[in-house]
Amino acid sequence: MADDIILSASGLTKEFKGFIAVDGVDLRVRRGSIHALIGPNGAGKTTCFNLLTKFLTPTRGTITYNGRDITQRKPADIARLGLIRSFQISAVFPHMSVLENVRIALQRERNDSFAFWRSQSTLDSLNGRAHDLVQAVGLIEFIDSLAGELSYGRKRALEIATTLALDPELMLLDEPMAGMAADDVDRITQLIRRVSKNRTVLMVEHNLSVVSTLSDVITVLARGKVLAEGDYATVSKDPRVLEAYIGAHP
Amino acid sequence: MSDEAESVGAGATLDVEPVGAEAILSDRAARGKSLHMAIFAGLAVLLLIAPFLMYPFFLMKLLCFALFASAFNLLLGYGGLLSFGHAAYFGMASYVSAHAAKVWGLSPELAILAGMVTAAGLGLLFGALAIRRQGIYFAMVTLAFAQMIYFFALQAPFTGGEDGIQGVPRGHLFGIIDLSNAMTFYYVVAVVFLLGILLIYRIIHSPFGQVLKAIRDNEPRAISLGYRADHYKLAVFVLSATLSGLAGGMKAIVVQLASLTDVYWAMSGEVVLMTLLGGMGTIFGPMVGAAIIITMQNYLASLGAWVTVAQGVVFVVAVLMFREGIVGVVSKWLKKPL
Repeated sequence: MADDIILSASGLTKEFKGFIAVDGVDLRVRRGSIHALIGPNGAGKTTCFNLLTKFLTPTRGTITYNGRDITQRKPADIARLGLIRSFQISAVFPHMSVLENVRIALQRERNDSFAFWRSQSTLDSLNGRAHDLVQAVGLIEFIDSLAGELSYGRKRALEIATTLALDPELMLLDEPMAGMAADDVDRITQLIRRVSKNRTVLMVEHNLSVVSTLSDVITVLARGKVLAEGDYATVSKDPRVLEAYIGAHP
Repeated sequence: MSDEAESVGAGATLDVEPVGAEAILSDRAARGKSLHMAIFAGLAVLLLIAPFLMYPFFLMKLLCFALFASAFNLLLGYGGLLSFGHAAYFGMASYVSAHAAKVWGLSPELAILAGMVTAAGLGLLFGALAIRRQGIYFAMVTLAFAQMIYFFALQAPFTGGEDGIQGVPRGHLFGIIDLSNAMTFYYVVAVVFLLGILLIYRIIHSPFGQVLKAIRDNEPRAISLGYRADHYKLAVFVLSATLSGLAGGMKAIVVQLASLTDVYWAMSGEVVLMTLLGGMGTIFGPMVGAAIIITMQNYLASLGAWVTVAQGVVFVVAVLMFREGIVGVVSKWLKKPL
């Protein structure tokens, strides 16, 4: 059962000058699942997320990925272990073309990224794979456009294509639907469902209908602590969750 | 769901045909490249005929500064790092090359190489410390290190203090080619300049350059993709310092003088000015900026201290009229990177 868990955190705590944003969170992400982290504003979701991806250093607690303690690792190093994150604000490289954005991710495994004397035409061998990924997220018409010129929803799609290029074992998506139009939400939902085959997804998300349709497991955070955990049916009926969200006393 | 409806406008479906996208892309890239190659060819022709139209000594000095500005632009325009202490690498290389040629009696190419190695070493040391900070703090740290080099140059016995190192011999290139002939020397400098610029062009258009651009565009994202951003920043810092050293060493042999002017903070400011005036993040901008500034200094020399005022006016006008710099604006018109 133990090796069924791809990512786990125990006693994860982050204090900012007297304010405890994340307070002793225990989290176990099952391999192959879509796991959602939800909670009202200020619940510590994003802080928790940044801790897991090492963009913040935890005050206390340990993080284990594939049985390996990664608490002290650097962000670039855990990315190399197959744990790739996205960002709340769409993270593309605005002055590079859509193809180049995806290719920059594919380029890493070539181990020639310090080769300043080599022509970048050596990277053209990656164009085929980059092309397929761009096509898979429906951006083929824009393959030649600068990423900065894409609409918001398409930037998110591009970001997912870039993340997928690394073939991550575990994808961490930080509010993939934030600020998105309804059409885009549907498109990205389907995209996430499709790409989650053969990999694990952990996401922070506000949009409850997305969470309800996508996720296998939901962890509800409130005031830095885990409030409830389970599938949507269980969690949505939990009185403590209802209270945290709408302040109701059933 | 709405995928089908969207597909008309957005091509959102997954089974859309490639629309010849690969062909379009390679076509565009090829056109950009052929334009650059045409400009390089034009530049080569210009370099070839220039000494018949202008004073070779002036041209050589100009080329040294054009190379310096291009090396600086590699760091600022493509690495996104504003160093305010590039005079340290330019100036220190100038001193070491002058000393190597005059005191050690090395041939010019070895003297310049000694200057480059010095600049690379300094770049590695200062760069490793400076990249720990971002933005204005990075600029201040580089400035502080450059000032340390300035005071070192002022105090160290081999630099000649206020006098500098004068009467640097031009010597024989590879021990054979006599550089005391102005035309011969000019063409040697022109070739080194062109090779330097082509190397910078290659660095920008290499797998390394791609990662560099990604880090400049969005550093956290590049890190999240597994790139150790600091290593790339340090690498480009050292490359930029080394090429600045090449420019500085060559300049010492050209003007036969290494002086405090080369390591002074005003020199660091001047190279920023050249780069911004010509167009930061463009390939040909910095050399245009350097040409304008050096030409002004040369032909307005009779104005004395007013040269600085004239430079200031040019800079203010440039910032107000075309913020992307001269080549930056042209590039925008043509909708092509230059």
